[in-house]
Amino acid sequence: MMSTRLRKLLSSLFVAFCAGSVIVALVPLAFVLFFVISHGLSSVNLEFFTNMPKPVGEPGGGMGNAIVGTLILSGLAAILAIPVGVVSGVYMSEYAGTRFASIVRFAADTLNGVPSIVIGVFAYGVAVLPFKQFSALAGGFALGIMMIPIIARTTEELLLLVPGAMREGALALGATRARAVFTVVLPAALPGVVTGVVLALARIAGETAPLLFTSFNNRFFTTKLTQPIASLTVQVFTYAISPYEDWHRQAWAGALVLVTIVLVCSLLARIATHRLERMQAR
Amino acid sequence: MEKKDLGFRVGTGAFALVLVVIVAAIGFELLRQSSLSIQKFGFAFWRTEVWDPVAGQFGALPFIWGTLYSSVLALIIATPIALGIAVFITDLCPSWLRQPLVFLTELLAAIPSIVYGLWGIFVLVPAVRAIEIGLPDSLREIPIFSGPPLGVGMLSAALILAVMVIPFTSSVSREVLKAVPPAQREGAYALGATRFEAIRTSLFYARTGIVGAIMLGFGRALGETMAVTMVIGNNPKISASLFAPQYTMAAVIANEFTEAADPLYLAALVEIGLVLFVMTLIVNSLSRLLIWSMTRSVMVVAEPSEPVADAA
Repeated sequence: MMSTRLRKLLSSLFVAFCAGSVIVALVPLAFVLFFVISHGLSSVNLEFFTNMPKPVGEPGGGMGNAIVGTLILSGLAAILAIPVGVVSGVYMSEYAGTRFASIVRFAADTLNGVPSIVIGVFAYGVAVLPFKQFSALAGGFALGIMMIPIIARTTEELLLLVPGAMREGALALGATRARAVFTVVLPAALPGVVTGVVLALARIAGETAPLLFTSFNNRFFTTKLTQPIASLTVQVFTYAISPYEDWHRQAWAGALVLVTIVLVCSLLARIATHRLERMQAR
Repeated sequence: MEKKDLGFRVGTGAFALVLVVIVAAIGFELLRQSSLSIQKFGFAFWRTEVWDPVAGQFGALPFIWGTLYSSVLALIIATPIALGIAVFITDLCPSWLRQPLVFLTELLAAIPSIVYGLWGIFVLVPAVRAIEIGLPDSLREIPIFSGPPLGVGMLSAALILAVMVIPFTSSVSREVLKAVPPAQREGAYALGATRFEAIRTSLFYARTGIVGAIMLGFGRALGETMAVTMVIGNNPKISASLFAPQYTMAAVIANEFTEAADPLYLAALVEIGLVLFVMTLIVNSLSRLLIWSMTRSVMVVAEPSEPVADAA
């Protein structure tokens, strides 16, 4: 048997180790944010948002086309993913105990764990190869597939939080199940569902791998959905691995824009969830 | 009324079916696109070390090695830290600090892979190179420290992967630890246990779920693409050295897919994707099974009188 003093010492060491782990994990976070902000801020200007990329060797230029591209790709993904995600979330929560609901839940979790690069290969096979053309549509399709399981699972979880009395009230008044869900239960959970969608959007806006061979890249401004389109992430990647100083500078600026999107969305979601929790506690 | 409800069920069910169809379609499509390579090389594909697209020689062993080596290294670094964080947040920290810490660790998961990669190229790799150069010559004799100090290579990849995996492992471990009945800890304290001994009891109680959390991190590490591609050096050569530039399955797809003009080349890359898909599928399913069995058994123990809800 160890002496009490030794046991207490061991215990303190353990507590110190745990506190230390938190610090060890937060150091890289601080480092990444510091470098992105300091390098990014010095290169981000109005030109960066409005101009097109310049040819190699000419300094200046911006990522205007890539920013529009990312917006278009995210929009396409949302159009595909929101209906499918929300409605399958409704199914999973309404018929939670059924075997099919468990299968769908398993499929959603599986899809969530599929590496994004594999989603890209899949989207290449079904949305690029048959048309022999890289396109914004294919990129949006790939991102949409990544978004569906996230939205489905959040919707399911949030719907299950809605008090049973609300649903029962609607049913008691003679509403059909569909009516009870779409006019009472879903609206009650709506702020949470919207938060989930915003978080999912933030996540896919930062994806690179599924776009490399679906929406590809484009040095020019385009809004044509059947053409290859630029995106912030692919542009940052191309610039980061290039040998040009000026392109590195712009890559940092692009990273700053991406991180800002993520930070703002996470904070908004945090505040919204906080409000929701307070409302439910009341 | 019954009929309308049936319509609702079938209607929403059709959307839910889309999810199942997508997963099946991914497997089917990858299999179809890689059939050329599967037929030509068979199992030799997974035992061959040569990757020479010009000569039409495709062996995937270097990529499997690189993926497994980097992921295992990342887990070795990340797991103790992630568990430490989970324990700190659930058991040790003052309650006002809990929410901010959860938020910050989740932020670690929210930062896009490409941003980690950019940071990796310009900040981490030079730092790793400096460490490699500063290594005393006596240590260089050891195989894992052999090779020129390039900075890009296995060590940089493992470090960046570890940072990216920590939030996943720690958040699931936190959930699992939260599910441990308070009686476990209270009992230990009542017997005069120190803090460490009490927490060890609950860690032991939660061991199945914690293994699940670690495997979930492993699944993430296997499929991570951009950040690794940017720092690992992209050299299809098997080496035990931490300093050697190597290659992973995800990285070779990211780098070479658009250049693969030859159908066999493309099929070989898709086959790598197929195996990556199957590997993550198995790892993630196992991980979920472990987490589920742990949290479920706890629920049963904690609330024996609770009827099973929604048995419809």
